[in-house]
Amino acid sequence: MIAAYLVLLIPFVGILFFALAGHRADTGKINVRFNAVCLVATISLAINVLNQGTILSANKAFLIDPFNVYLIVLTAFVGLTTSIFSAPYMAHEKELGKLTDKRLKLYYSMYQGFMLAMYLVLTTNNMGVMWVAMEGATLATVLLVSLYRTPESIEAAWKYFILCGVGIAQALFGTILLYYAAAQIGNGEDSLLWSVLYEHASQLNPEILEIAFVFMLIGYGTKIGLVPLHNWLPDAHSEGPTPMSAVLSGLLLNDALYAVVRNKMLVDGANLSDMAGHLMMGFGLISFLVAAFFLHRQKDIKRLFSYSSIEHMGMMTFAFGIGTPLSTFAALLHMTVHSLTKSAIFVTVGHAAQVAGSQRMEKIRGLIKTQPRIGWGLLIGTIAIAGFPPFGVFTSEFLVLLSTMHSYPWLSPFLLLGIGIAFAGLFRHIQPMVFGDKPEGQLPVHANLWPVIIHLALVLWLGLSIPGFLANWFSQATILISGSTPL
Amino acid sequence: MNIEQQDFYTQAILSLAALVGLTSFLMLGQGRLLRLIFVFALQGFLLSFTTALAGFSLDNPHLYISAVLTLLLKVIFIPWMLRREVILMNTQRDIETLKNKTALMMGGAGLMVFSYYVLHPIVQTTSPVMLNALAVSLSVVLLGMLLMITHRQAVAHVVGFMSIENGLFFAAIVATNGMPMVVELGVAFDVLVAAVLFGIFFFHIRTSIDSLDVDRLNRLHEVDK
Repeated sequence: MIAAYLVLLIPFVGILFFALAGHRADTGKINVRFNAVCLVATISLAINVLNQGTILSANKAFLIDPFNVYLIVLTAFVGLTTSIFSAPYMAHEKELGKLTDKRLKLYYSMYQGFMLAMYLVLTTNNMGVMWVAMEGATLATVLLVSLYRTPESIEAAWKYFILCGVGIAQALFGTILLYYAAAQIGNGEDSLLWSVLYEHASQLNPEILEIAFVFMLIGYGTKIGLVPLHNWLPDAHSEGPTPMSAVLSGLLLNDALYAVVRNKMLVDGANLSDMAGHLMMGFGLISFLVAAFFLHRQKDIKRLFSYSSIEHMGMMTFAFGIGTPLSTFAALLHMTVHSLTKSAIFVTVGHAAQVAGSQRMEKIRGLIKTQPRIGWGLLIGTIAIAGFPPFGVFTSEFLVLLSTMHSYPWLSPFLLLGIGIAFAGLFRHIQPMVFGDKPEGQLPVHANLWPVIIHLALVLWLGLSIPGFLANWFSQATILISGSTPL
Repeated sequence: MNIEQQDFYTQAILSLAALVGLTSFLMLGQGRLLRLIFVFALQGFLLSFTTALAGFSLDNPHLYISAVLTLLLKVIFIPWMLRREVILMNTQRDIETLKNKTALMMGGAGLMVFSYYVLHPIVQTTSPVMLNALAVSLSVVLLGMLLMITHRQAVAHVVGFMSIENGLFFAAIVATNGMPMVVELGVAFDVLVAAVLFGIFFFHIRTSIDSLDVDRLNRLHEVDK
């Protein structure tokens, strides 16, 4: 349990350290160290959970079970690799004169602030605290979206702030209704604890819970980026600094989905109707299809991949909505591979934009000739995210498709159509950027591509064979969420 | 159910709910920014009063803390900050012309009816008083959104945003006698940080587009034109 407190304490110390120490030449490296220590702590926590099963802290404030522990490790891992990428990237941005020392201080301090909010969302046992931490994540990142202080970035940040703020307020209303339903059973202040709620789920009033879930889905769904609440997402991703896009896509969206799934588990426990699952399926499928079409009309490379994030989050929401053990397993796997692949892509996209000096796709040309490693990184990343074998995204998408054919066969054509459209949308843009002649005057930049290589290698490994301990882990989480084993 | 048969506390809660709902409607039709901020402060005061009353009537001391927090944040700090912003931008005399005020008010009334409709299923398990209180809270939330949609000034958007929070707080106090202390403190902290961030944003928006009219924030599109 000490590890869990450590996971929260380290980023907290990080916020204070970066805020007080000011910006120095090695701040980026210190940020990497903070994240590395955090990763070690999360791994020891994960080993504990694997050996002992679910851990509940003594004051019941924190709950670590197989479902959230793997997301905690994933969060720490992506946080670490993104910080490795961010150190030279931000230094380069400073050389270009886009950023000052003061803003870099804010950036590093809020990077840790965001990590703290993410860990708190995942570890807390209290549904109210979960809401507070989710809102905290918005507040920590909103000034980072407007870090460059251009009119566009300020507009994007304002949109992000207002839309997510209003959206997430709906989730608070849902939480209040949940508390109201729970208070009728009478556990006093403990009523909002997830462990207590889950234990008494069958006694909760199903009608109130259904209304609460609708609000929760809309609220947290804004953060997942579900259509039609997705408007903030491409703006925030395209205007903020690239490391922020990587962690927003790789972590924030996942954690918002985590919050929705936690609530779905309560609703499923309270009544036998599939209302929660059907709502998630509907929203998920619409997001998936709409985002796939929007991919074709993009001009900005970061907007392109943020629409791809919406598409994948839609698919995960859909898969969790189906709710069979197989689809839940697929969704958990998809969460992992999508996070890894998408953050790797944003790393290469960041460097590609620095090479070209622009995020507009028509300016980015001939990457393989200018800087082969970035070009190949982008190409392989795109192949992985589009769902080609042998990468892990193929495995998870295939499992989602399989479970759809099993439970709702008439929906599988829509899935196939969406995958095809998204594939075409990605490749029509990527192909000229990667191949083709080298434009005049573009020089390679200093880039650390180890994060990309490690991420893509992991995704490849997950595609070829899922290691036993991980499969066991996913199975335990699947049992927790859907009630039985996937196979 | 007759209102005279209820105890004093329930009657007071019902009246306060009505008043909170009324302030939302007043804000909705208000074109002058300073008056809008004043009505918002009034709503905050009603909320703080409700919290204190609930704390007194239920003998729950932690609600007093929450009442004081609401008073400091929603009645003093945020209105002060917004007022300062309006005066800095020299927009205190501007009257925003709201298109089709009648339809707007009718829409607001429609939202209130809708809130009752949405929450009606809970009446089976609880008293009609609770339904009233929750439905008014939900309608305050929805009216706050309508306010944000129809007004074009960034200050009005912040008022709408914060009035949504007011509606949520009202629900929390009336329906559940306040959330657990740790949650309430967390929410108050979030609101405080949000208010400070809004202040920073006003500064940035002012310096970058020299106006607080959000219609001017129109550079980013869903697809490129």
